Amino acid sequence: MSTDKRKVQEINAGSMADIAFLLLIFFLVATTMNTDTGLMRMLPPMPPENQTQEEIKVKERNLFLVLINGSGQIMAGQPGKQENIDLAQLKDRAKDFILNPMDDPELPEKEEKEIDLPDGGKWVYPVSSGVISLQTTRDTGYQSYIKVQNELARAFNEVRESVSQQKFGAAFADLTKEQNEAVTKAVPLKISEAEPKNIKK
Amino acid sequence: MKKKGNKGLPPISTASLPDVIFMILFFFMVSTTMRDQELLVRYRLPQATEVQKLEKKSLVSYIHIGQPSLSMQAKFGTAPRIQLNDSYKTTKDIGDFCAAERDKLSEADRAQMTVCLKADEDTKMGVVTDVKQELRRANALKFSYAASKSLGY
Repeated sequence: MSTDKRKVQEINAGSMADIAFLLLIFFLVATTMNTDTGLMRMLPPMPPENQTQEEIKVKERNLFLVLINGSGQIMAGQPGKQENIDLAQLKDRAKDFILNPMDDPELPEKEEKEIDLPDGGKWVYPVSSGVISLQTTRDTGYQSYIKVQNELARAFNEVRESVSQQKFGAAFADLTKEQNEAVTKAVPLKISEAEPKNIKK
Repeated sequence: MKKKGNKGLPPISTASLPDVIFMILFFFMVSTTMRDQELLVRYRLPQATEVQKLEKKSLVSYIHIGQPSLSMQAKFGTAPRIQLNDSYKTTKDIGDFCAAERDKLSEADRAQMTVCLKADEDTKMGVVTDVKQELRRANALKFSYAASKSLGY
């Protein structure tokens, strides 16, 4: 019959599975699953070379020193008052230092700053002038360094979380970009990293 | 009379097999990223809880630090090495590396360039600090310590 002859011949799809398998195996081999995660930091810019390096004066009450030695032991505290502490204590110490809840004259001073809000208004928040100074030696292990960085980041994140809850009534992670920036300005991540001691060059 | 075909079980239809395989293929295409370089060093990343995802992969350059991989150990020993692109380098080469990586990006993206440091957890801070000093000198200031996510201690 004429209708049968005109019918377009069907393409044999039997090898389709093989082709798909081939592509699948290619992608399995050529790609990786894990996404990169890490602790984001901004490095301070290098001072110009002709500029004599001046010691930046920071009031003692505004400084919190964290020292890590070669065997991973941590010494933390304000200048002159450092003591040997455990990693688990570090977060709460740092939090106390950042927040200074009782306006203790020994702990960092606060500066009233106007922060622009996304709705056009101003928000006056006492921003802490405290700086956490992190010092390592050249033989400090990377793992213990990251652990300390992580604890400090946790302290800042928890403070930001509570500020965000108070101000915007939402979790820090759920804030809009502008709100996020405002909270970040109110609680700046101030970790200063001095060059490791006893550099021999 | 019975037909011949009715004697055994009917064959399982494989007509939907390509569809199933394509589905798996698309899943892998979407959820994975291309492996970009061959690793010459071995490392185990340190763990942290406060990690953030690296946003745009195209803006990220990697510096690897760790022991040479097993096949290279006969030649290079086991002292930690720095890998930039596809070869072992020293800290002195980081400046050139940053300049080259920055040139690859468009004008608008250059300020956003991020350097991700993938260092073994047993690395000494001396090396890491040298790398950081070189990065500061090269004015590549956005920096990330690669760490794997852990769920607390």
